[in-house]
This record gives sequence, structure tokens and C-alpha cells, in this order.
Amino acid sequence: MSPTVSPVLQLRVDEDWLPVCERSALIAGRGVAALLPDGRQAALFVDRAGRTYAIDNRDPYSGAQVLSRGLTGTQDGRAFVASPLLKQRFDLETGRCLDDESVAVTVYASRIAS
Amino acid sequence: MPDATSRPTIVVVGHGMVGQRFLEALAEHGTTGRARVVVLCEEPRPAYDRVRLTSYFDGRTPDELSLAEPDFMARHGIELHLDDPAEVVDRAARTVTSRAGLAFTYDTLVLATGSYPFVPPVPGKDATGCFVYRTIEDLLAIEEYAKTARTGAVVGGGLLGLEAAGALQGLELDTHIVEFAPRLMPVQVDEGGGAALLRTIEGMGLTVHTGVGTQEVTTDASGAVNGMTLSDGSVLATDLVVFSAGVRPRDQLARAAGLRVGERGGIAVDERCRTSDPRIFAIGECALTADGRVYGLVAPGYEMARTAADAIAEVTEDAAEFTGADLSTKLKLLGVDVASFGDAHGAATGCLDVVYADSRSGVYKKVVVGADGTLLGGVLVGDADAYGMLRPLTGSVPPVPPEQLVLPPGAGTPVALGPASLPDSAVICSCHNVTKGAITACATLPEVKKCTKAGTGCGSCVKVIGQLLPAAGDGGLCGCFPHTRGELYEIVRTLRVTSYAALLDSHGRESARGSDGCEICKPAVGSIIASLAPTLGVSGHVLDGEQAALQDTNDHFLANLQRNGSYSIVPRIPGGEITPEKLIVIGEVARDFGLYTKITGGQRIDLFGARVDQLPPIWARLVAAGFESGHAYGKALRTVKSCVGQTWCRYGVQDSVKMAIDLELRYRGLRAPHKLKSAVSGCARECAEARGKDFGIIATAEGWNLYVGGNGGAEPRHADLLARDLDDASLIRLIDRFLMFYIRTADRLERTSAWLGRIEGGLDHVRDVVVHDSLGLCGELEKLMADHVRGYRDEWAQTLDDPERLRRFVSFVNAPGAPDPTVRFVPERDQVKPDLTFLTLEGVSAR
Ligand code: SRM
Ligand SMILES: Cc1cc2nc3c(=O)[nH]c(=O)nc-3n(C[C@H](O)[C@H](O)[C@H](O)COP(=O)(O)OP(=O)(O)OC[C@H]3O[C@@H](n4cnc5c(N)ncnc54)[C@H](O)[C@@H]3O)c2cc1C
Ligand code: SF4
Ligand code: FES
Repeated sequence: MSPTVSPVLQLRVDEDWLPVCERSALIAGRGVAALLPDGRQAALFVDRAGRTYAIDNRDPYSGAQVLSRGLTGTQDGRAFVASPLLKQRFDLETGRCLDDESVAVTVYASRIAS
Repeated sequence: MPDATSRPTIVVVGHGMVGQRFLEALAEHGTTGRARVVVLCEEPRPAYDRVRLTSYFDGRTPDELSLAEPDFMARHGIELHLDDPAEVVDRAARTVTSRAGLAFTYDTLVLATGSYPFVPPVPGKDATGCFVYRTIEDLLAIEEYAKTARTGAVVGGGLLGLEAAGALQGLELDTHIVEFAPRLMPVQVDEGGGAALLRTIEGMGLTVHTGVGTQEVTTDASGAVNGMTLSDGSVLATDLVVFSAGVRPRDQLARAAGLRVGERGGIAVDERCRTSDPRIFAIGECALTADGRVYGLVAPGYEMARTAADAIAEVTEDAAEFTGADLSTKLKLLGVDVASFGDAHGAATGCLDVVYADSRSGVYKKVVVGADGTLLGGVLVGDADAYGMLRPLTGSVPPVPPEQLVLPPGAGTPVALGPASLPDSAVICSCHNVTKGAITACATLPEVKKCTKAGTGCGSCVKVIGQLLPAAGDGGLCGCFPHTRGELYEIVRTLRVTSYAALLDSHGRESARGSDGCEICKPAVGSIIASLAPTLGVSGHVLDGEQAALQDTNDHFLANLQRNGSYSIVPRIPGGEITPEKLIVIGEVARDFGLYTKITGGQRIDLFGARVDQLPPIWARLVAAGFESGHAYGKALRTVKSCVGQTWCRYGVQDSVKMAIDLELRYRGLRAPHKLKSAVSGCARECAEARGKDFGIIATAEGWNLYVGGNGGAEPRHADLLARDLDDASLIRLIDRFLMFYIRTADRLERTSAWLGRIEGGLDHVRDVVVHDSLGLCGELEKLMADHVRGYRDEWAQTLDDPERLRRFVSFVNAPGAPDPTVRFVPERDQVKPDLTFLTLEGVSAR
């Protein structure tokens, strides 16, 4: 038997894949925040189907780094997070704000690697 | 390709509110596709919502006030020239020349030049520090100048003057209003209304000078305003002056071109908004309409825009005509409710006034009724709630006697008037002339706003619109569940469902099964499972398992999220009673962690500014000193306030402090559809304000009176008496039943006051159920509460005991020790406050 290696969540930052945490640190529907090497922050999520998402942690409406603490959901088959401050929703795949077309947050590619 | 000359050219002068509305109407008729449309706009930005200009000071950005969709001009091929006013109209050559020297030959010309603020010709009126209040540029200039000013004076106490005064006060100026007439808002309100308004405005800290004119604006050596001399000889020291003494139509261009204008100004037009030259139209505030008036409100302007567009597009069927309009207004100034509608001064012959006045509370209400009982108009000061209902009723005979229209709710027989009683033709939104019928054809408020524009003007109709719309389509909780919260509670209870995912997959809408749900139903279902947890036999801790993913961040971190991403902490202080030792511990913890400290409105202490990673060490010290979670973050019992009662107070007849503590300890941790608040007063003087609470208790010589359904907040309501002279045990039993019945049947985020108002049978029904046990439920309700009391554990003590739970309290999953560097503070009044300028560095406003 080979020793069990727990899968790791990685984020694509600039050109590299940055390991962030063990997959098990995430539970469906509840995000976590990660500090990136250049001081930016990312909000990471996993949905019930096991798909991972990463967007900027900064809520553009308040300037506060809180999107990782919002509640997630599905609308028309697409995953979103609702800001915990003023409740605007952001599409987790595109970063677009569902309540205001002119606003969007950065999206990072993410993957699980063993 | 059709070139500019082969198509007719329409030139519009002025891109204000009415000009934009005119362009929209043209586009709807398809005229923009058939004609070349050129717009000359004097201001540096396209049309914006002047009616809500003042909301700029509440944080609305100029962009948010913009009226046209960003691609509107491009989509309809309209040429918009910003910052370039029309200077000359040559009617013989049919040309308009702009300041920049552009010349356009028109087939049709539309003047929508609006008004300019009238500035009385007093010496010093142009000094540095004198302003008017009309454009975004005016506001930017006032805001900048106010930074160095301490006192501000508004000349003019009309609708706009009061709005400007409110804005100056918001800029932290010591604010004065100077009004020539003997009362404020002389055009809209009568003498009684003016008196009530004066009291309210003065109560807000503004100084009002009525019956005096401005004689001179005085200046210092540098030419900056330093005061005003008034007509009674007195001198008012002020650093800034805003003139708001009325507006005048901007008819100069038309005058110079030889068009007919009114004696007192205004470009004369006929019923179809045509001027004396049939190729030229005038609409909005610059027009003198067929009924001989110049309208200073946006709704009549919008009517004119439609009328002119119909005429130009040669609409033949039902073409609009403008023959006059309603002058109803509601003041948007924060904190003062003033409205006037219809014939507010009772000018019609044979009409009668019905007046209700309460000078203590500054409420004055008058309706004017015709000889045949028709509602003609009215004035509401201090309480304008009825405005949304009364305005559409104007012109018809109301279904109740007139005195019921002005009596406050609860006095005499209640008014049986709801929006439901209005005919379909009643105009609900006067800004956009939208009828009840058009509104009820939509399903949701966003849809109403999009399809009819109702509610997007002054906003005063939004409340009535809400009452006209069906609750969330089919009454389901959200897009995921077709059931109400009450129905879901029953499903969870009877089928013993213990997980959100299971409930969604078995009882959700077809489209939502297997999905991730949404932010509305997650906390609602989380709360249902939490309140039934002891009965279902699951751990009720909000951090456990799937429950962790259902909670709003406040419940998740057991603290309240603040605007900069930090949290506040409210330890429970049952009944508001606290020992000196505990007070010292709170002080020490706050000092050691640098927390901002404030006494709350609920008789306890809030500690603000903790980072997520600081919550456990802070609570370790609080728990060690005997504190528990105060659930300020949860839809749960908050506080039971007390007055000092019989022990100390000479009037007290029962021990109100002990009862408050007993109740708070009994119901602490109880999760509910919304927060629950309570209070206990030691006698009828009611120092604990128990009748403002969800359940309030007032001591009597015999025992306790129990009141239910009270509310503070946005829609205050006094609680109703449920039962009187109860002994301790009966009191508690009755509250047990009441609370559990509420938890079982209320909708999501429905306080007890709204719930009592909604459920069939109201208070009488609740009394039947919880006092007379008409449904045979009481045994079950009491058992549910007994389960809750037995199952209660302090959430913070439990959290500190569990390393797995504590793992979540980190700012970063990949750097558990690192604090979030963006949570920063700056000093204020010997404490700290969030450093918001730092948060906005990246360019987006954080207001
Ligand atoms: C801290 C406090 C203000 C203060 O500095 O005094 C406060 C602060 C908040 N109140 Fe309050 N309320 C506070 C006493 C009140 C009171 C006075 C009272 O309880 O006697 C009222 C009116 C009484 C009532 O509720 O009927 C009050 C009526 C509201 C409302 C309106 C509720 C309503 O039914 O209309 C909201 C909004 C809501 O709950 O939806 C609200 C919401 C809030 C929120 C939760 C807003 C938010 O989501 O951020 C604030 C967060 C608290 C925090 O971050 O810690 N707060 N709030 C008071 C905490 C009392 C306590 O010890 O728990
Ligand atoms: C603070 C404030 C609060 C208000 N509140 C309310 C309210 O609650 N309810 C209500 O009904 N009304 C309210 N009003 C009035 C409402 O804003 C006006 O009735 C409405 O804006 C009139 O529209 P308009 O297009 O006729 O004029 P405007 O919106 O003033 O537009 C006219 C435009 O024409 C431009 N213009 C003038 N001359 C030329 C030229 N020669 N060439 C090119 N452009 C030119 C002007 O610069 C201006 O941009 C309020 C007004 C203010 C200032
Ligand atoms: S309510 Fe009555 S008993 Fe309580 S403090 Fe006031 S006067 Fe005293
Ligand atoms: S009445 Fe002004 S927006 Fe509807």
C-alpha cells in the first residue's frame, strides 16, 4: 500500500500553480481566504459537485476582503457567492456581479492535484 | 446610406430629465431610426436624476444618478454634444448654433432647457461662498467649500431649500434657514402644517428664521462670505450661503428667437407642446403650458415629453395632450415626513377641512373634502405614511369617512383602507404616471421598475407598490423552495429531516434539486434545524458539519461583521445587570485588544474591531470571567431589558430585574425566524420600554401583564396586551407557548409584529391558541421549549473546547498565523475606527 497523499488545491497565479491548502480544508458552500505572494487575497470555494472556484477576496462595494465569508448558491446552473456585507452576488466562474453588470472581480484558475 | 440631409433632423436643446425622457419616447416610436437626432447639452455630463440630486451626499455617485443606459445614444444613433450649449436659434434659416460654433439645420426643434435658480438681487450675492443648488457641479462645489466652513445658511424655506438645508447639516455645518414667508414650505403646506414642520425641523437641530428677508450678504477682506444682514436688522454670521429662492424658466433662447413667452416667463405652448412657431416645441420646466402654468416638478415634464414625442412621431391614435397636472409632492429630506397633494389649501368652493393635529409629536394631517364627499387634497406633516394611499384616491369619494383618513392607526376604528381597495385606474406612481393596473400586471418590484419605471423617480410610491405585488410569486421561500418557512418547519419537524441538502433534494423545486441552493434559504433552513435540534436529536452547534455552510458569516464566526471586515463582540449581560468585576474584565479585554467600546441600545456593551483570528483569545478571557455569547449575531433572543424595579425604585411593584434575568436565561440561544427582544418594567411608568418589544412584561400590583408583537426599528409598533395579572409560572408558560407558536408559523425574517399583522385572526387567534389552547397544541409547544432550555449550551464555551472548530478562526487558510493586513484602524475620540480610506485605495468607493 502506498502512503495516502491528501490532494492539494492549487491556484494559478501569474504563470505558476500555487499550492494553497489541502482539499479537505474546504467544505461545500463555505469559503476560505488565501494570501497570495504579492499581497492580494483570493477567496476559494468548492460546490456540492466537488468543483473548485477562486475569485478575488475583495468585495468591490465595500473594499473589505470578505468575499470568502459569503454564502454560496446556484442560479440558472451557475455557482455564485453573495457578499456577506451588502449581499451583492458574484458569478464564481466569470467574476461578474449578478446584480450590476458593470462590476466584476478577478477570477483565478484552480485545480486539485494529488 | 441615408445621409444627414435626406432624413429630417430633430434638434433637442437641453439634456436634462425631460430631454432624456423625450428621447426615450422618440426611440419607442421608432422615430430615432427615421430621423437624425442631435442633442445639445450644456452640462459636462449626460442627463441625470436631478430629483435625487441630494442622494449624492448619501454616497450615490454621479454615475449612479445617470438616467440613460450607457449605450442608449449609440443604440439609437443619437448625436449628443456634451458641454456645448445652444447659443442662437435662427428661425428664418432654421438653424441652431452652439457655443463651440457647430451649426445644425433643423426640421423640428425641441427646447428642454429647464430652469435656473432665482437669486435675489442683494448686494454680495456673488461673493465667494455663495451657491445655488441645481446641478451635480453645484453639489461638488458646496461639498468642497463646506470642508472649511462651520456655519451654512439657506435662503428659502421651500421644498428645495429644506432639502439643501438637510444636505448642509449632513456636511456637519451649523445650519440656518431664512424664509421670507411666515412659515416653511409656504406653497405646499398651510399654517397648521407649517407649525408642525417648524417643530420637527428645529428638533433636528436646524435654526429657522421665518418672516425675514435677506438684505445683504457681507464679506470679509478676502471677499469671502462672513454673514448676512436680515430685513429685521439682525445679523446672521455664516461662512456659506445657498440660494434656494425658487426657480425661473430658462426661456432666453426662445425670447431672443422671437417666440411667444409668458409675462412672468416660460415659453408659451399649446396642448401638444407646440410653441408659437409650429416647428418648435418646448417641454419641461421651461414651458408655459396651455393651462397657463409653469410646472417645477418632473412628472408634468414627463407628460410633456410624451406629448411632444407623440406629436412629432405623428401618432394619431390616443395621442397624448398636456392640459394640466397634479402638484403632489413628498419631501425626501431625511427624517421629516411632509407631503401635500391635490388641492392642499382648500381653494375649491364649498369644501371642508378635516384636521388632526398632535403638537406634542409634531404630527399635523389635513384632508380637504368637497361638498359631495370627494377627496380633493391634503397636507401631511410628521407622519406621511398615508400619502401613498391618499394621493391615488384624490378625485374620488373614499370608502371610509374622512376623519378616518387622518386619525393615527389605533385611534378609534382602524382604517379599513388598503391599496387593494383602489381601482385599477388609480395612479400609484405620479412621477411616471403609472396606474395600479399596470403595476399589478408585473410580478416583482424589479420587474415593475423595468417595465413601467414606477418607483424610479422620487421613490415615495415604492411602499404601496410592495403592498400591491403578490408575495414572491407563488409564496415560496425563494427560487429553491416552493414552500413558505412555516411549511418547511413542519416538513423538517414531522419528517425529521436533519440536513439542508436532504431537504433541498427531496422538497426543493425540481430545478434546484442537487444544486447548491441559495443565500436566502440556507440560513432559513439552518435556523429551522437549529431551533428543532434538541427535538430532532442533532447537535445544534452552528459550527458543526453541514450547518457550518448554511450560516451567514455572523453566525459562522459567532460575531458581527463590520464594514471593514472586522467583527464586533457582544457578551450577554442578562437583564442589563452587571457586577463591577465583570465590567472591569470587559474594560481590560477591550484595552488589551484595542477594541472600540460602546454601550448598545440593548443595555449591554459592544466591542468592535476584532479580526477573525482574535475572536478565540478574546472569548477565552470573557468565558473565563463568566461571560456567555450574547447572540447579537443570530436570529435569536437578543436582550431582555429591565428597569431597576421594586428593589430600588420608589414606584416599583415587582422585581423587574430578577424577572428579566430569569427570562433572558430561559430563552437565550433560542433560534427564531427573526431576532427576538424583550423587556420587563417594574410598574406602569414603563422605563424599560417593554411595549416596544416582541414580548414585553409590565408589573402590576397583582403580578404581570404580558404584551406581544411590539417593535422598534423602521416600523415601530406598540405591543398588544395578551393577558393580565399573571403569576410568575403562568407568565413563563404563556411566553413559552407564544414564542414556539411564532417560531413554528412565521415567515423568514418576519418579526412578531409583522407576523401578528399577517396571520388570519391576528391577536385574537393567537390568544385562542396559546391561552385557550384552541388547537390542542399547547402541550407540544411547551415540550419544545423545555427541550430547548435543557439543550442550551454556550456556543462560545463549546467552540473554545474544540480544536477542530477553532481551526476556522484564521484570516488565511495558507498562512494561519498571519493577520489580515487590510484590517486597519485610525484613532478617533480616544478610541479607534476602521481606516476606510485605506480600503478604497484600489479605486472603488467604499461608502
Ligand atoms: C449595536 C446596536 C446599536 C448600538 O450601538 O446601540 C445595534 C446594531 C445593529 N442593529 Fe440594531 N442594534 C442595536 C439595538 C437596536 C434596537 C434597540 C433595542 O434593542 O432596544 C433596535 C430597535 C428595537 C427593535 O429591534 O424592535 C434595533 C433595530 C434594528 C433593526 C430593525 C428591526 C426591525 O424590526 O425593524 C435592524 C435590521 C434588521 O434586524 O433587519 C437592526 C440591525 C442591526 C445590525 C445587526 C445591522 C447589521 O446587520 O450590521 C447592527 C449590527 C450590530 C453589530 O455589528 O454588533 N437593528 N437595534 C444595538 C445592539 C443592542 C444589543 O445589545 O443587542
Ligand atoms: C435638489 C432638487 C430636488 C428636486 N426634487 C424634486 C422632487 O422631489 N419631485 C419633483 O417632481 N421634482 C423635483 N425637482 C425638480 C426636477 O428636478 C425638475 O422638475 C426636472 O429636472 C425638470 O426637467 P427639465 O428637463 O425640464 O429640466 P432640467 O433637468 O433642469 O434640464 C434642463 C437642462 O437643459 C440644459 N440647458 C439649458 N439651456 C441650455 C442651452 N441653451 N443649451 C443646451 N442645454 C441647455 C441645462 O443645463 C439642463 O441640463 C428637484 C430639483 C432639484 C434641483
Ligand atoms: S418602570 Fe416603574 S419601577 Fe421601573 S424604574 Fe420606571 S418608575 Fe421605577
Ligand atoms: S411617485 Fe415618485 S417614483 Fe413613483
